[in-house]
Amino acid sequence: MRGFLFKRIIQLIPTLFIVAVIVFFITRMLPGNPAAVMLGPQASAEDIAAYSDKLGLNDPMYQQFFDYLLNLVTLDFGNSLSYNQPIVDLIMERFPNTILLAVSALILAVIVGVPAGIIAARKQNTLIDYSVTTLSLIGVSMPIFWLGVMLVLYFSVNLGWLPATGMGSLEDGFWDFISHLILPSIALATIPTSQFARIIRSSMLETISQDYVKTARSKGLKEFMVINKHAFKNALTPLITVMGLQFSALLGGAVLTETIFSWPGMGLLIIDAIEKRDFVVVQSTVIFVAVIYVVINLIVDILYKVVNPKVNLDSNNGGGK
Amino acid sequence: MMSMEQVEQARELQYQKAKKEQSFRRKLLRNRFAALGLFVILLLIVTAILAPVIATHAPNDMDVTKTLLGPGQKGHLLGTDSYGRDIFSRIVYGSRISLIVGIAAVVFGAVFGSLLGLVAGYFGGKIDAIIMRFMDGMMAFPFILLAITLMTVLGQGLVNVIIAIGVSNIPGFSRVVRGQVLNVKEAEYIEVTRSLGAKHGRIIFKHIVPNSIAPLIVYATMGIAGAIISEASLSFLGLGVQPPTASWGSMLQEGKDFLVLSPELATFSGLAILITVLGINLFGDGLRDALDPKMKL
Repeated sequence: MRGFLFKRIIQLIPTLFIVAVIVFFITRMLPGNPAAVMLGPQASAEDIAAYSDKLGLNDPMYQQFFDYLLNLVTLDFGNSLSYNQPIVDLIMERFPNTILLAVSALILAVIVGVPAGIIAARKQNTLIDYSVTTLSLIGVSMPIFWLGVMLVLYFSVNLGWLPATGMGSLEDGFWDFISHLILPSIALATIPTSQFARIIRSSMLETISQDYVKTARSKGLKEFMVINKHAFKNALTPLITVMGLQFSALLGGAVLTETIFSWPGMGLLIIDAIEKRDFVVVQSTVIFVAVIYVVINLIVDILYKVVNPKVNLDSNNGGGK
Repeated sequence: MMSMEQVEQARELQYQKAKKEQSFRRKLLRNRFAALGLFVILLLIVTAILAPVIATHAPNDMDVTKTLLGPGQKGHLLGTDSYGRDIFSRIVYGSRISLIVGIAAVVFGAVFGSLLGLVAGYFGGKIDAIIMRFMDGMMAFPFILLAITLMTVLGQGLVNVIIAIGVSNIPGFSRVVRGQVLNVKEAEYIEVTRSLGAKHGRIIFKHIVPNSIAPLIVYATMGIAGAIISEASLSFLGLGVQPPTASWGSMLQEGKDFLVLSPELATFSGLAILITVLGINLFGDGLRDALDPKMKL
């Protein structure tokens, strides 16, 4: 296990390096002088030259790249011109909000999706099963930004039950905090809920038909135990994989959800920075999200190995053997 | 000259292939959900092609005297938007953008991704390591975030949307194809072909590609649904096709600002996206089940 961990962490290095390379070159593809774009049309030529110098844009490309890598390693993302504060502070301010939203959505998805999948498998070919299957198929096809808008229309505009935008604070009471979290969490949880229900249903159906489950049942083991001890345990491995993938996807999906609900997270920061043409913030936040994404995938791999020690993850990896 | 045994073997192979195709078609058509999905896809294609015939108004014609009308008012089937443009006609024309982006972005991703996957899987070793590490790096971005970042640099426009979504699709295709190639290339008949002196190009395109096509088709079908959602997402964020071109995502963005006065705009444009994506996913699911239910996609 220790060897596996070490190997997986070492494997992260080239991936993270490539992430850094991709972001560096994408942001260098910007048409025109990024300093001029960021400073806006009113900026003087002297201001543009000074800011270009500050950003290192006048240096040779290889030097820009090494400076950029060095800054990344030392977590020195520089200052944001439009927000007038260090970018690290901006990220640290927004990142917990995105994690809060993503974790809430994931919990909601597990609470709803997993039991729905179990029930559908247990009641195969009944109305319940058809309902779960149909709803989960609609769920995975759902444009979440549309669902978000519809939730606002119904629960905020028409019924006036829940706030449409913003993030609540615990200082203003528990309900204020929760009420702001409900609609964005539901919107963000829709796709993972449907995925979990689908994956649990199909894995359980596969396991329920296995001989050893039939034997357990014929030995008189209670149905609850059969489901809990055998069928569900086997459905856990694919569930963890999908959970990890979905949690990573939630970070991406949060861009849309945060925009609709004006949730002050990383997604809204990226979109806001794009509108303000603050490419240094865009570059730093994109890299940060990508690194988190990679780390989550590593955690998923480790969990996968813990749940199912026999699995050989090396064959799934890209490199030549 | 082929021996009698070889002729028999070739006949048997041909028979098995025909039988497989027949069974695939039967399975696909018997699946009601897949048939429904196919109907939605055909409807989308017909709507996109016949948009000028189906639409009741020109999609970009504004009329400030008829803004934010409700469904059925003054000859507007689904009402009008804040510029007095006919919502139904814009949805009809919006299907063109969805279809073009959906197909073109997937073709873009499939061509480049498959080539990279083929090369990586077939040659293995260092080439494989370099290509797949690069793909891992691309996959380290949440899909929509990579597309957003690319759009920021490329700027708005239909071609740029296709490039941004297409590029984001490359790593997925390369992984699927590489996986298939790794499975196929160790097969006995490939070894025999190689030992008979066949060149790499012939082995890849004559033997490996045809055997990797099934999962590729399923992945591409699902990819079209994903590309349509991505285009709508980018347009919703104001990073997609340029206004006033009718796109379902940009209509939804406009609708968000007029939820109280005119909920129809957001409702109908979103429904168009949902129905289309659902249809494609239904068909994709059916396709996968008919080709190989155990396919891990």
